[in-house]
Amino acid sequence: MRKVQCVIIGGGSAGLAAAVELKKNGIDDLLILEKGPEPGGILNQCIHNGFGLHEFKEELSGPAYAERFADQAKELGIPIECNTTVTAFYPDKTIEVSNSSGYEIIQAEAVVLAMGCQERTAGQIQIPGMRPQGVYTAGTAQRYVNIDGYSIGKRVFILGSGDIGLIMARRMTLEGAKVLGIAELMPYSNGLQRNIVQCLKDYGIPLYLSHTVTNIEGFPRLNKVTITEVDANRRPIPGTEKVFEVDTLLLSVGLVPDNTLTVEAGIQLDPRTRGVEVNEYCESPMPGVFAAGNVLHVHDLVDYVTAEGRKAGRGAAKYLKGELKERGGFPTKAGNGVGYVLPQRVDYPKEDPTVEFSFRVRTPYKNAKIVVRDGDTVLKEIKKPALLPAEMEKVILPNNVLANIRNELTIEVKEAE
Amino acid sequence: MKYNITIIGAGIIGSSIAYCLSKYDCSILVVDKENDIANEVSMANSAIVHAGHDPEDGTLKALLNVEGNRMYPQLCEDIGARIRHVGAYTVMTSPEQQATMDALIKRAEERNIPYEVLTAEEARKEEPNLADDVIKVLSLPSTAIIIPWEVALKQMQVAVLNGTEVKLNCEVKAIRKNENGYVLETSQGEIETEYVINCAGLYADRIANMIAPLDIHTNPRRGEYFVLSHDAKDFVHHIVYPIPTDKGKGILAVPTVDENILLGPNAEETGSCEAINTTSSGLGYIRQELARSVKNVPFHHTIRTFAGLRPSISTKDFYIKKAEGEENFLNLLGIDSPGIASAPAIARYVDDLLKLPYEVKASYETKNPYRFNFQDLTPEEKDAYIKEHPAYGNIVCRCEQISEGEIIQSIHEVLGAHSIKSVKKRVRPGMGKCQGGFCQPLVLEILARELKVRPEDVLYDQIGSNVVLDWKGGNGNA
Repeated sequence: MRKVQCVIIGGGSAGLAAAVELKKNGIDDLLILEKGPEPGGILNQCIHNGFGLHEFKEELSGPAYAERFADQAKELGIPIECNTTVTAFYPDKTIEVSNSSGYEIIQAEAVVLAMGCQERTAGQIQIPGMRPQGVYTAGTAQRYVNIDGYSIGKRVFILGSGDIGLIMARRMTLEGAKVLGIAELMPYSNGLQRNIVQCLKDYGIPLYLSHTVTNIEGFPRLNKVTITEVDANRRPIPGTEKVFEVDTLLLSVGLVPDNTLTVEAGIQLDPRTRGVEVNEYCESPMPGVFAAGNVLHVHDLVDYVTAEGRKAGRGAAKYLKGELKERGGFPTKAGNGVGYVLPQRVDYPKEDPTVEFSFRVRTPYKNAKIVVRDGDTVLKEIKKPALLPAEMEKVILPNNVLANIRNELTIEVKEAE
Repeated sequence: MKYNITIIGAGIIGSSIAYCLSKYDCSILVVDKENDIANEVSMANSAIVHAGHDPEDGTLKALLNVEGNRMYPQLCEDIGARIRHVGAYTVMTSPEQQATMDALIKRAEERNIPYEVLTAEEARKEEPNLADDVIKVLSLPSTAIIIPWEVALKQMQVAVLNGTEVKLNCEVKAIRKNENGYVLETSQGEIETEYVINCAGLYADRIANMIAPLDIHTNPRRGEYFVLSHDAKDFVHHIVYPIPTDKGKGILAVPTVDENILLGPNAEETGSCEAINTTSSGLGYIRQELARSVKNVPFHHTIRTFAGLRPSISTKDFYIKKAEGEENFLNLLGIDSPGIASAPAIARYVDDLLKLPYEVKASYETKNPYRFNFQDLTPEEKDAYIKEHPAYGNIVCRCEQISEGEIIQSIHEVLGAHSIKSVKKRVRPGMGKCQGGFCQPLVLEILARELKVRPEDVLYDQIGSNVVLDWKGGNGNA
């Protein structure tokens, strides 16, 4: 059995950042396992620009952004095994690995989970109607168009205004297809504001808020979708149907962390994030198992994925050097208006000068404030002109504050008076 | 083209009949309008080999279900199909159902079907998710689950190895008689045949009417289903359903061969053979009715919903009879539940009924030679096998962990996979949580390469279901 100090499962933005950080922190016995033919993960199919504004202060394409980190890993001599799939992961940190040279069991001392996420599918959201050819998740469509170079349809409707849906609306238009509209179940978009402007408004593509697809017709090829307005309880309102004759329906209806391996190893998931619960070093309840990127929670910007990967890498290095021992801190809590807070625990409140907390609001707010509390004691208030569920918010607290937290750290949103 | 026997319909019934009759020294053709074996009724159903206690006395259903259930273990062993004897729990939730329960027990007793009556407490030890008001359970351990299209395919493969021919995408448009028998006018030209066996499922009444008017009509009854992911595999370990009513067997919770959970079906007459759409009302009804027998249903693990059609007829029994005035034209209509359970017995019944004038061949196959299943190997065996066959190390479908080697294997077998869906039916890429989101482009590439066709000619399923529309020069061909 091959022994490796730290195995990183997934060579996308989170895995690459974690590996580079591990190496910089003195851990040399590393291995990145990547299922695809090259490192970069899903970035390789994101050929639009907009990546790296935080990391590099410039707008890179997805492949260019990935390349910078892949190059760093290469320069540092970090081994990456591509076309290699992890088929099993056990609580003793043994990992079963399959590729065209064999089937191998690797024993790791520490593991960084960086498997990314999956798209929610038509089946998961149970759209009624036929199941014809021509219904794709937006990411699969993106792969067919950007990596394989195929056309997948001429007249397109999109359900869900997540970022991939918005990006694909523009992409399909540039490929010569007619995009007839996007329906969004919620009364607001789940994509970044800049994507709504650059991908829809600039191309005159209508966005139907509070609408959903209520019928799919055609066989074997899609020929019609019906959308219907929904009420405040998201129930379709009869009589508001609109029919679009299309050959393609793209779905951008959410992403779900890909934790099949994690669950098989017996690590429970947080039902809110659908990723593992972690502390401030991205360490799961199973010591030595770390998680970062979209496998932990779904991010809006890749720059934040990279930062989280680094955090996990630094944590894994500390673990391997025996620096993460006595856990003893406090849990965090998503208060009023907040969907989830990461990390779910702070275990070593005195270790670092600061700890960063990430969270998302449940619904849009205007002129609100973020309140950070320890029990009833308010620790911090931040005024915000606007808060959107699509955008991840962050709060940083210094260790002199963290060291004194007695109960649990609650983050909540309040309408400003 | 001339054949001794032509079987219309390559579902589980047509396949079982072909498997049974391929022992004879005669030429057999199977035609189907679909682009794969078992692609309609046999593909979208509850996949259950019922014990045989349910059909009423004196019916063909009772006779053939009991016999079929007993034939299945040997059949599956011979053809290398998987079967799980998970057993059924028929749950009683009110004292008024006692009479029905007694009737079921009486039939089970008379038909020598193993059964046991469990108290709610005993049953809950095995199935903690039984509904709170369950008061008694009829346990039927001989009830099993299979994969209907696997049983069909593996039988048909043996038939083909015995000389049977199969024509897919071959729709029968009209039938006329000639001096030697019948001429089928099909979408692939005329076929002359001495015998016709019509097991065309939803379309069997139309085929029957092509030779002699028949006063029986197929009324397609739609059943909708939820499929749950492996994350829900421990929800139930038996097939659980309520005491049947006039409407049918009620809503089932079924653990499948591949450790998914199937929930459904409702029953709705659609009047159309094409109405395989799901509906909000149908799926809502299933959600509501399931509560009669189970609780804590993990609907959040749903990965797919689908609908299938049953080829029901008004008499409610199987109809297996020769056409009026025709010695050599056999019609099979109304093969709905328990059609799957009865399939091997139906084939034997058809064989007896036709009294074919052909000799049994001196040697013929009953066993399917395609037995190798990479998934059954230990890690060490997998390693050794991959070293000889590297494609088996390349995982294409992460959710179900299917390798390129297994996909290639499915393409090159007899009646091999030739579309995205036929690959999915044979080796499961796309049946997992991502529903093919990650693997479909890879499967497409493998199909194009192995079949030596252009990627835009690769079909999802039927003709016209091309996956990609035109080739614009990616992958280095720009």
